[in-house]
Amino acid sequence: MTLANRFRVYWIILQTSMAERFAYRSDFALGTLFRFLPIITQIFLWGAIFGTMDTRSDKKIAGYTYGEFVAYYLMAMLARAFSSMPGLSSGIARDIREGTLKKYLTQPIDMLGYLFWYRVAHKLVYYVVATIPFIIVFYLCRDYFPGWPDPLTIVGVIASLQMAFLMGFLIESLLGLIAFWFLEVSSLLFIYMMLNYFLSGHMIPLDMLPQWVEWLPFKYLAYVPCKMALGKYSHAEMGQELLIEAIWIVALFWMNRWVFARGLRQYGAYGG
Amino acid sequence: MSAIEVRNLTKQYRVYQKSEGMWASVKGLFHREYKTVDAVRDVSFTIETGEMVAFLGPNGAGKTTTLKLLSGLIFPTSGTATALGYVPWERAYEYRRRFALVMGQKNQLWWDLPAQESFRLHQEIYGIEESQFRRRMDELVSLLEVSQLIGRPVRELSLGERMRMELIASLLHSPDLLLLDEPTIGLDVVSQRKVQEFLKYYQSEHKITVLLTSHYMKDVEALCTRAVVINQGVIKHDGPLAEIVERFSKDKVIQLQIAGESPSNAELERFGIVLENKAPRIKLKVERTRVPATLSALLERCQIEDISVQDRPLEEVIAEFFTDTSAPGNEPVTTHQTGGRS
Repeated sequence: MTLANRFRVYWIILQTSMAERFAYRSDFALGTLFRFLPIITQIFLWGAIFGTMDTRSDKKIAGYTYGEFVAYYLMAMLARAFSSMPGLSSGIARDIREGTLKKYLTQPIDMLGYLFWYRVAHKLVYYVVATIPFIIVFYLCRDYFPGWPDPLTIVGVIASLQMAFLMGFLIESLLGLIAFWFLEVSSLLFIYMMLNYFLSGHMIPLDMLPQWVEWLPFKYLAYVPCKMALGKYSHAEMGQELLIEAIWIVALFWMNRWVFARGLRQYGAYGG
Repeated sequence: MSAIEVRNLTKQYRVYQKSEGMWASVKGLFHREYKTVDAVRDVSFTIETGEMVAFLGPNGAGKTTTLKLLSGLIFPTSGTATALGYVPWERAYEYRRRFALVMGQKNQLWWDLPAQESFRLHQEIYGIEESQFRRRMDELVSLLEVSQLIGRPVRELSLGERMRMELIASLLHSPDLLLLDEPTIGLDVVSQRKVQEFLKYYQSEHKITVLLTSHYMKDVEALCTRAVVINQGVIKHDGPLAEIVERFSKDKVIQLQIAGESPSNAELERFGIVLENKAPRIKLKVERTRVPATLSALLERCQIEDISVQDRPLEEVIAEFFTDTSAPGNEPVTTHQTGGRS
């Protein structure tokens, strides 16, 4: 298959998947709004910890003011909108367990490529639907933000969000592929979800956790884009983080390929 | 050239041996005992291009495993196979483009989209030219009588309708080899017949090679002349369908229509097993070799208006064959290579 052909196939997958996802658009819009509800808890919680609800208070915890904490959580929501992959691991595991994987093995199409473009479509539709709720919430909370970062940082933030998507996809697909060896991975996925909540910086900024968690790749799923957006990295630090992240992405890509090839050897085509 | 050539193919699964009880379960966490199960054992057969062959056997006999091996879903433990000249488990894209696998219990269509969209996707995946795509789709849609349905989301279709869509999706790229695993499972009689008729017509029109598994004898009788009977991973019979009855059933059924009084059961039991004895009809199961003697005796004894001698229905023969392991021919048989015209 030539490269042009392959892109045509992926383009059609993208269109088809988008058509499918749009069947659920109202569910999406509502879901997006409700996902902001926990933020309200965070606003009150950190307000209580700081003993103030004043955004302009310059008291700091772990280097963050009260306003920055709230802004951090809002950014974390945005980063998660890129890096979270609901149903990816469990979907791969289900395909393996129930044998629906066969369509990727008998048709001239690559499973990981297919799932990737399906996910891109999924996300694009999500952004179309979720943009307005996001704008509303960010507008309402504009006072918590330290102001617009400089243009280069904005470019960095955008790049880190795109890469967060790639990281999220590769980590979760790798987890899903474990199902080749352990048919039931739901408890494993649950553990991963909990760890991820911590280690990605979704729950609290990673500055408040031991240093070593910054060596793990999970911080790119939320923490790094957030910190960038709050202007807490110098341009040099930003470049360095993005470079390390790119290396992680390449490594995870090859790990996926390798595990997939090994898994297929193991595969018994379960389920009839 | 043969479409499929299978030589000494064996597939073993390692199955975790779980024993009863709590203590055994705890032990199982640390040390597991595995048992090796032969799903397919030393199977060899050849299928010529353009043949339509049925795989018969009870659940777990190894039919599906064989199809999975031939479609490259699993690797064999030993042995070789080529399909259309390719080794299936190498999964070459060229091979994938030339065969299709349809499993009655699995679906490959997009659940929330009209079948039409799935067909479009297939067009792209297989790189089918627009004019060809149009022509093939029109042909398939009209043959299977689903033109009204292709615009409806797949989830709203009945099982029979969905199966027909599956068939269209898998034939759009005009495969040379079609592997069908239980294509009519769970379908109502009307849909079953439609699928059968379609397969028969399509196969004879396009001269493709078809290998199908089924445990509906009706499918098999309607479609195939050659059958491979497999049980416990071993081929028990490979040859014309008609031979199965001959080989596995020692009995024939004699049906009589008589005038006047019918003989008593006791009298009839001398010849064989009485299946029915209600004047004016008598039905007897008689050993094949004793048919001539029985007939002449009966002709002498009663006034016969009509008479017929039939083979027992294939379905019955096969069912009996599989339930009774001591049945004739059920000892592992070295397969005779009925490759057909090779």
